[in-house]
Amino acid sequence: MKKLKKAANFFEKLMNIIFTACGFLAVAFVIVITGFLVVKGAPAISKIGITDFLFGTKWESTASEASYGILPFILTSVYGTLGAVIIGVPLGLFCAIFVAKMAKPNLSRMVSGAVDLLSGIPSVVYGLVGMIIIVPFVRKAFNLPDGANLFSAIIVLTVMILPSVVSISETAIRAVPREYEEASLALGATKTETVFKVVVPAAKSGILTSVVLGIGRSIGEAMAVMMVAGNVANMPRLFKSVRFLTTAIASEMSYSSGLQREALFSIALVLFVFILIINLILNLVVKKDKN
Amino acid sequence: MEENSGIKVTYNPTGSSAGIQAVESGSCDIGLSSRDLKDSEKENLEGTVVAIDGIAVIINPENPINDLTIEQITKLYTGEITNWKDIGGADDPVVLIGREAASGTRDGFESITDTEGKCKYSQELTSTGDVVGTVASNPNAIGYASLASVKDSVKAVSVEGVTPTTETIQNGSYKIQRNFVFVTKKGVELTGIVKDFFDFATSAAANSLIEQAGAVPVAR
Repeated sequence: MKKLKKAANFFEKLMNIIFTACGFLAVAFVIVITGFLVVKGAPAISKIGITDFLFGTKWESTASEASYGILPFILTSVYGTLGAVIIGVPLGLFCAIFVAKMAKPNLSRMVSGAVDLLSGIPSVVYGLVGMIIIVPFVRKAFNLPDGANLFSAIIVLTVMILPSVVSISETAIRAVPREYEEASLALGATKTETVFKVVVPAAKSGILTSVVLGIGRSIGEAMAVMMVAGNVANMPRLFKSVRFLTTAIASEMSYSSGLQREALFSIALVLFVFILIINLILNLVVKKDKN
Repeated sequence: MEENSGIKVTYNPTGSSAGIQAVESGSCDIGLSSRDLKDSEKENLEGTVVAIDGIAVIINPENPINDLTIEQITKLYTGEITNWKDIGGADDPVVLIGREAASGTRDGFESITDTEGKCKYSQELTSTGDVVGTVASNPNAIGYASLASVKDSVKAVSVEGVTPTTETIQNGSYKIQRNFVFVTKKGVELTGIVKDFFDFATSAAANSLIEQAGAVPVAR
């Protein structure tokens, strides 16, 4: 009996150590990646000069007189993400309201299932569909010479952020106590009034969280936008071929060397800072919610 | 490859000039260059062509144009000609499809057509397949790709009247091509496995491997 207890104790301790080690492993990865990016990315920024790097409008990494200005990439990433959020958030929110409040249980399950499936589709598939369907469509619809531009990228990104916006907003909307709604309806408000004036405000922080996650997903996406955005380092315009921060790294990394390669790491560092800021905002939103 | 198993070749892709310098300084046995040696380099170094890269200029099958001169290609890519009607096509804008800045195909194409750094691309794609796919889906597009990856979905135009084929590339009549050159030091005899590798790569036995890699073997 005593022996058995001893063995159980030992097992408990062992598992405790394993859990702790795994917990710290995640932290270690974050530290290693951060350190790596700073060490690899900082030198090129100081060589190029931080203002020339961040606010330079010309990126010609392989020209004989190379210039490394990433303002076009930064603005493209910001505009692209903003566009996707402006279109995607209302769509996603309305879809979540439909699923959580309007649809019959069976239909609601079906729509939720479809949205979940959407989140499982690999980004290269989004890119492929975008390249074969959206790009030619945009070219014809707007009578452009070429359809690979910021607008096509925004459409693809919009579809890609939908799942996170819908599923998190839906959870938040479902968490609103029934009594709020019943009270509102009892006071004579219509269903639509109740949704917009009671349910959505009550679920505000969950919806904000979904928006921030959508921003994170869209700013970090590389593969899909690489296939539809055209990848020319232009200053962004809606119907112009553009290059994102992510695609700037991905399209040149494989053959790069010297300062060009270092500059690509610097772009990664800038992107990392963006993601860090987004995460900080997310934490603030969640914290505010708890208070 | 069977009979050559056991030999390990390390390839360090640093760019043609770096490869040539490395041979000159003696830090590697064989350098691989995607351009011919300059006269100044020929003093100490020897170049042996291992394979040829034929770059096809591709357009959409709907485009009525069948032949372009190098000059026309240069004018198209530098943005001097922006409408297909200027060179006998339909009244449609020209859409220039190219590869990313670090691509070897782009480097080869731009150096032959003398458009280095002057191309007004509307798309820079990261793979040959993407270029072929995009040109196939846009009737206004023109692109370039290694001959081996050209499919029926696009039309490879003849350049100065010469259709790109393995023969026209081997006999040099198709102009948009470049040599892949093995660079060795003059007066230094290759020995042992280095010589074995060199002899294998420049023999007819390597032809199928060269074709697999998308290049054209040298006529031997």
